[in-house]
Amino acid sequence: MMATSAPLVLVMALLAQQTAPPGKAVYDKWCAECHGAQGKGNGAAALTMLPRPRDFTQARYQVRSTSSGSLPTDADIHGVLERGMPGTAMPAWPKLSQRERDDVVAYLKTFSRFFQSEAAPQALDFGKAPGASAERIADGRKTYDKIECWKCHGRQGRGDGPSAPTQEDDNNHPIRPANLTENWRFNGGGTVADIYARLRTGLDGTPMPSFSDLLDSKVITDEQLWNVALFVRSLAPEQQPEPSEVIRARLITGELPATVDAQAWEQIEPAYIPLVGQIIAKPRWFAPTVNTVWVKAAHNGRELALLLSWDDPSRSPDAAWDEWRTRITSVMEPKDAPATAGALPDAFAVQFAARAGEGRDLPYFLNGDASNPVYLWQWRSDTGVTEMQARGLDKEQALSADNARVQAQATFRDGRWQLLLRRTLSAQDTANRASFATATPLPIAFAAWDGSNGESGGRRSISSWYFIYLEQPLTAGVYITPAMAAAITALLAFLLVMRAQKQHRGKDDSKTSQPLNTSARE
Amino acid sequence: MFSRVCSIVIVLALAACGGGGEEAGSSAEGGATDDAPAVDPAQAATISGVVSYGGAAQSENIDMSAEPECAQKHSGTPTRKVVDVNNGKLRNAFVYVKEGLPQRSWPRASETPVLDQDGCEYKPHIVAVRAGQDFIIRNSDGLLHNINAKPQTNRGFNVGQPTKMDSKKQFAQAEVMIPVTCEVHGWMQSYIGVVDHPYYAVTNEDGTFTISGLPPGTYTVESWHEKLGAKTMQVTVGASETKQADFSYSGTTAMAMARHH
Repeated sequence: MMATSAPLVLVMALLAQQTAPPGKAVYDKWCAECHGAQGKGNGAAALTMLPRPRDFTQARYQVRSTSSGSLPTDADIHGVLERGMPGTAMPAWPKLSQRERDDVVAYLKTFSRFFQSEAAPQALDFGKAPGASAERIADGRKTYDKIECWKCHGRQGRGDGPSAPTQEDDNNHPIRPANLTENWRFNGGGTVADIYARLRTGLDGTPMPSFSDLLDSKVITDEQLWNVALFVRSLAPEQQPEPSEVIRARLITGELPATVDAQAWEQIEPAYIPLVGQIIAKPRWFAPTVNTVWVKAAHNGRELALLLSWDDPSRSPDAAWDEWRTRITSVMEPKDAPATAGALPDAFAVQFAARAGEGRDLPYFLNGDASNPVYLWQWRSDTGVTEMQARGLDKEQALSADNARVQAQATFRDGRWQLLLRRTLSAQDTANRASFATATPLPIAFAAWDGSNGESGGRRSISSWYFIYLEQPLTAGVYITPAMAAAITALLAFLLVMRAQKQHRGKDDSKTSQPLNTSARE
Repeated sequence: MFSRVCSIVIVLALAACGGGGEEAGSSAEGGATDDAPAVDPAQAATISGVVSYGGAAQSENIDMSAEPECAQKHSGTPTRKVVDVNNGKLRNAFVYVKEGLPQRSWPRASETPVLDQDGCEYKPHIVAVRAGQDFIIRNSDGLLHNINAKPQTNRGFNVGQPTKMDSKKQFAQAEVMIPVTCEVHGWMQSYIGVVDHPYYAVTNEDGTFTISGLPPGTYTVESWHEKLGAKTMQVTVGASETKQADFSYSGTTAMAMARHH
């Protein structure tokens, strides 16, 4: 049966290849997995994505140079292929040739009748971005307040406005207003010109409207709208931050800063640590709230203090977000495990190797494992900080409170948590708790939970291992030259790679030697 | 090649060429011209009726505390009337002639419809507009609203109005109905009915509607309601005749329809 039909199938396939538009092969190979074979945005991978992949049949495109409701120009679609959609699962496509891109753009336009029935789209004339100045930025802030961008994006732009919890896209999926302090995650790009273009065109298919009518009605001037773009741009760092492999704990003489607002923190550069959803072990979580933590560290030879700042639009639990939580848990991967019922707090964990400094391999970065545990500072917005030991994701154990020495102080303001955690460098109970040696790279990792986003347990944001380096108390020459710092960084990077390789080998070994143990963990 | 033939035919005969051409032809004018003759008043017929509903009214309280300026415009707790029924009579059903009208152009609407945002509510809740003719979206609140129109047949739009202002919009094609939402205020919901002729009405508080000025003929009339769905009826009217066309939704319809917009 199969043998006889095989030649027929081959002939049909050849025929199909001849008649199919040239972009189809590219589309089927690279795009269909997410956007679906028919362009409906419902490919196999779509269910784990938020925002969902574009439905090309509606021809409603977020990133355009055209007025709201208009089709995108070909150049607009090419632009998305060139730079991807930051902040979403859509990557850039440098691997496609110009010819392939032309073909696939032509092909995805065939998914919607609108590209036949509508007139050719006209790009709006945006003019040129003016140079930034303090006056322009201040004026932009005024207009930002006046035209009420803050209703969704928040007073400080962290996506925490009063209307944030009820946002949904045109397909009724929950969607978050952009956190304007992270311009490298803006769907349409993070330059002043990009921001101005989004203000003019809106992001069709999302709640972000076009403000072009304001210019037509002379409610504000074009210059004022440019100033809004300049202000929004000023909320984010000048350069996109690079993850810091090493967090330097600055040596301070005297007392450590006792509060998150203490002036001493302003002297310390924060380390940027990106976080991602935990999608390794069930229950996986594809729509995490927290994607960045900024870490400042200081010690005084006796104590270590960490100042952790992360953006979260909700101070959980918050009844205003209950409906959001219901919606997002029903949309995202509902089958791994039932959603946790009841109010959930926000939470944060700092993870150390339980037995650092013994020349051991790094514990498994996700809560350690049976043979190599991790030591956690686990903070919750409702109950404060607890010291824990973990030997796996669901094997966390609070350490005896007698020895608890970690102190916590937290504030929540305008969509941002700031958490100060302090402990003595030396642990009393060294069997379960790490001591912090100076002048030694110590492994450190982070996890965050947003209760209003249905996050608890395995549903969390995580980082991989980083290192914290406590500056050595020196009697002379406290200032390490940049060259030395660079050398240390290079050495640490080398160490990191070595350890990772070693660990990788170790894991493979354990897989072959202890198959029962591994499967039991899953 | 085909499209070139089409355009030649259009140019020569000023006629539609079938398929997409026909759509483009009707959308260009929206079935209306300034000099289109009205129906002879001596002949004009009327269809009127009552839309009734056997179930209970449904309304939801709105928490407007985040917008005190809007809340002040309401006496008591603001509510969203999902099914607005009084003594069994249904308000805010959109009733229109769906089929049976002659292929011709109709006089333009004499007034420009207005969809107002007042007290963080759409007024009216159901708006009728003519294809290819302007309507106005008004912000009477003076605080930020976004107007997100999500059609299937037409192109949608999403515009921001952060102050008291008007925006002029239009839809090219007939489409019943186009949902309109404001994402700043998740409770705000309106529907726009776009028709390419003047024969439509929105039911009053007592469930009544009147469609007048019709040429004699046999029509499919549809009643559309956002929660109760659509019902159609055949009505034949002779010259100068008035016919009664009553629609009735049973009390169980609402239960069967999923709550979804």
